Amino acid sequence: MSRRSANLIVVPAYNESATIADVLAAIRAAAPRWDIVVVDDGSTDNTAAIADAAGVAVLRLPFNLGIGGAVQAGFTYARERGYERMAQIDGDGQHDATQLARLEAAMEASHEVDMVCGSRFLTDEHHYPAPISRRTGIHIFAFLLSRLVGQRITDPTSGFRLYNRRAIRLFAGDYPHDYPEVEAVLMLHHHSLRMQEVPVRMLARGGGASSITSGKSAYYMIKVLLALFVGLFRARPVPEPGDAAPVSAKAGI
Amino acid sequence: MSHLQIAATLGAIILLLIVLELVRRRRLLERYALVWLAVGVALVVLGAWRGLLSTLSDTIGVAAPPNALFAIGLGFLILLVLNFSVAVSRLTDQSKVLAQRLALLEERLSRQERRGAAGAEPDPEHEPLSS
Repeated sequence: MSRRSANLIVVPAYNESATIADVLAAIRAAAPRWDIVVVDDGSTDNTAAIADAAGVAVLRLPFNLGIGGAVQAGFTYARERGYERMAQIDGDGQHDATQLARLEAAMEASHEVDMVCGSRFLTDEHHYPAPISRRTGIHIFAFLLSRLVGQRITDPTSGFRLYNRRAIRLFAGDYPHDYPEVEAVLMLHHHSLRMQEVPVRMLARGGGASSITSGKSAYYMIKVLLALFVGLFRARPVPEPGDAAPVSAKAGI
Repeated sequence: MSHLQIAATLGAIILLLIVLELVRRRRLLERYALVWLAVGVALVVLGAWRGLLSTLSDTIGVAAPPNALFAIGLGFLILLVLNFSVAVSRLTDQSKVLAQRLALLEERLSRQERRGAAGAEPDPEHEPLSS
């Protein structure tokens, strides 16, 4: 875990002892130049010990914060240690580390992009293995969010994302508690940061249980819809020095 | 004073005393005690001053004074519970930040301990990252 590159991969993991070793090995193989930190979100199994034995940095949260709190710990870690870029790859093996290069290429191509998001639905090469109910929910969010931010968003619930320094700073300071991905897109928009989607292949889960069980999916839908609705009325932040001009200023409104 | 009035006033006074005792034992923060003290005082006043509740219910157009008391009490309780939900939300947020800080500190500590155990020279990771 010796430092280090300017790039950090954050791996949130909650009771992923079945998959975490394979996930870390795959990340190492696909992205050897990236530093890795596993955020153990209060696991009750030996996820943290396995990650520790694999020689990566481990943030052990003392109790379960949920995916939002876990990833935010990663953002804070990235900000404090001055990383230029941070990628999130979930510890359940769903995100294919070899696809990280696609996210990186998109960020290299345009320095205006603050977050690159891997989308399951921009590609035909792989059929995303999810129940129809979940896909319907994702498409509803995609539809709403696309209209709210004025940009086509196809996969707003994807956690396979790459962030630059500005996005890291934003989310280290304020990141939604649970089910954060959809809200985060709206936050980026409000802060005049840019995002872009690139097609990625995703894998079936290697083990463990999804954080979104069927019982929770109704709560998930309502919670995110509430967050989107309230987010509309949240005061727009004042642009900070060094920020790009607000869209309205650029458009001469 | 009717017996009922005396009982109601006594009950309100006991509530006040309980609140004060909880504050004295530091089981209840002053911040949250203030609102309960206000409730207690209001109840004492309403119990002792018979005309007040009637006047109040006449003013807001409630036929039976006890119903006015229930309505006011219910509205007040709703506000109080909402206030607690706000407090719980704040505590949730604060404990989240604490958990994250703790995890970051532990990671830093274990990194330094390993380095110390290895007897290596100062931590190159503390140098600013050249970019």
